Amino acid sequence: MMALLAQQTEAVIETAWIPNAFFFVIAAVMVLAALKMVSTKNVVHAALYLLIVLSGVAAVYIFLGAEFAAATQILVYLGAIMVLLLFGVMLTRAKLGAETDLDHDQRWIGALVGASLLAVMSYSLWDAFGGDKLPADPTPQDAPTGVKNTQLVADEIFSTYLVSFEVLSVLLLAALIGAVVVARRD
Amino acid sequence: MSAVFAVEFAFWQSTIFKLLLAFVAVLIPAGGTVYMYLFKMVSFMQSRLGPMEAGPYGSMQLLAEVGKWAQKEDIVPTNADRRVFVAAPYVVLISTFLLVLVVPFGPDAMFVNFDTGIFFALGVSSVSVIGILMAGWASASKYSLIGGLRAAGQLIAYELPLVLAVVGVVVQAGTLNMQGIVRAQIDGEIFGFGGLGNPYFFTQFIGLFIFLVAVQAELAQSPFDMPIAESELVSGYMTEYSGFRFLLFFIGEFATANIFAFLAATLFLGGWGIPPFIADLMFEAGHDHWAFNLIGPAVMLTKMLLITFVIYWVRFTYPRFREDQLQTFAWKFLIPLALVNIAVTGVLKVVF
Repeated sequence: MMALLAQQTEAVIETAWIPNAFFFVIAAVMVLAALKMVSTKNVVHAALYLLIVLSGVAAVYIFLGAEFAAATQILVYLGAIMVLLLFGVMLTRAKLGAETDLDHDQRWIGALVGASLLAVMSYSLWDAFGGDKLPADPTPQDAPTGVKNTQLVADEIFSTYLVSFEVLSVLLLAALIGAVVVARRD
Repeated sequence: MSAVFAVEFAFWQSTIFKLLLAFVAVLIPAGGTVYMYLFKMVSFMQSRLGPMEAGPYGSMQLLAEVGKWAQKEDIVPTNADRRVFVAAPYVVLISTFLLVLVVPFGPDAMFVNFDTGIFFALGVSSVSVIGILMAGWASASKYSLIGGLRAAGQLIAYELPLVLAVVGVVVQAGTLNMQGIVRAQIDGEIFGFGGLGNPYFFTQFIGLFIFLVAVQAELAQSPFDMPIAESELVSGYMTEYSGFRFLLFFIGEFATANIFAFLAATLFLGGWGIPPFIADLMFEAGHDHWAFNLIGPAVMLTKMLLITFVIYWVRFTYPRFREDQLQTFAWKFLIPLALVNIAVTGVLKVVF
C-alpha cells in the first residue's frame, strides 16, 4: 500500500494516517493472536494462531514497501512451513477439543524470559531507529533510476553476499540429503 | 484507473471502486465458466442437453442453484470444531481474492501493480491449502481428514512445478512484475519480426504445459481429484459441508480456476495485449492508448476462456490418477522437466 501511495505524491500527506491506522489494527491482532497461541489448549488452534501472526508479519512488510520480503514470507512461512506443521500435527495427534498435557508449571519462567526479551529488543530498536521516519518511497535514494527494490535485493545477494548465499545453499543441500538418509528404510 | 476518465480519485474512492471490481472480476467469470463448461460443455461431451428449463437455454440455472444452496439448513457436525469449521471456506476464498489483485487487465487497469507480482501470486495461491487442511481437520470426520491430508500432500507436491514453470517466463522477461511481463511480450520480436510480438507461448511451451498440469492438480480437478475421490472418500474435505458453506468452496474452486487461467494468459499468451501490428493499425499510440483499459479486459476474458476450456476438457476426459502415480508424476517427471526448462531458457537467454 505504501508503494502505491508513493505514486500519488499529492495524496501522500493527507492520507498518511490510513496506513498508520491499519498498522495499529494489524499489530493489535498480531499481539492478541500471539498471546492466544501460547495460552490455547489445542495444538491445531495454536498453529492457526501462529498463522495469523505470520500473515500479520507479511502485512507489515507490505506497509514497509518490502514486497519481495512479504511475498517470500507468505510463500515460505504460510505456504510451506505452516502447511507442513499442520500436516504433521494432523497426521499424528490431532485431537479435537481441549488437551490436558499442553500446559506445564514453567509458565511463569517462560513469561519472564519473554518479557525480558521484549524489553531488550524494544530498547535496542528504539535506541537505533527511534526518531527515524520511513520514506514514502522505499527505494533507496542513491539507486539508479528505474531500478526497484527487488532488483537491488538480487544484485546484493549475487555480489556482496555471494559467499554466504552459496554457503546457505550447500547447508540446505546437506539438510535435504540428510532428510533422505533418515527417511530411507534400507 | 484514474487516468482513464481523466478524473483524479481520492485514495478511499479508488479503493472502494477496486473492491467492487474485485468481486466482479472474481464472480462473473466464475459464473460464466460454470454455466458454459460445467453445465453445457460436459453435457454435450456426454451426449445430453444439460439444464434447459431455467431461463433461455438454461442460462439462469446457476441462479437457481445458488438460491437452492442459500436456503439450505446450516449444518455443523456436533463433534466439529465450530470456529475452524466455519472459517475454513473463507480462508480458501481469501486466497482467491488475493490472487486476482495482481492480474493486469490493461495498461492502467489492475488492482495493485506489485513489483514482484507473479511471485506474490504464487505465494498467496498456497494459502488455500491451509483452508483445506482446516476444513479436513475441523469436520471431525475420517473421510474429511483423509481428504484434507491427501489434498495437502498433492498441493505441496504440485506447487513446486508451478513455481518452476513460471521461472522460465521470468528469466525470459527479466522481471517479476506482471505488467512488465506483458510489456516484454508485446515489445518482443520473433527473429526480428515484431508484428506478432513474442507471446511466450512459442518459447515456453514446456513451461505452459507444466503450468497447466500443475494448475489442474492445484485445483484438485480430475485427473488429479484423489483428495475428493467420491467412490472412496464421499467428497473429501468437503464431505461435512452443505448449503452456503459448500457454495463458498464451490465458488473458490471455480473462481481460482479462472484466475489461474488469467495468470496463464498473462504469462504465456501476451496478457491484455493483441498482436502489435493490429494495435498499431487501430491507434497511433499502439498499446499505450487509453482504450486498452477497455479492450484489455475483453482480450483477457477471451484468452481466459480458451485456457479454461482446456482445463475442463482435460477434467472431463481423463480418469483419475492413483495416489502413488500422482506423486511420482510430480516429483520424477514434472520437476526435473521444469528444471531442464529453466536451464535451457537461461542458456538461450545469454546466447541470444
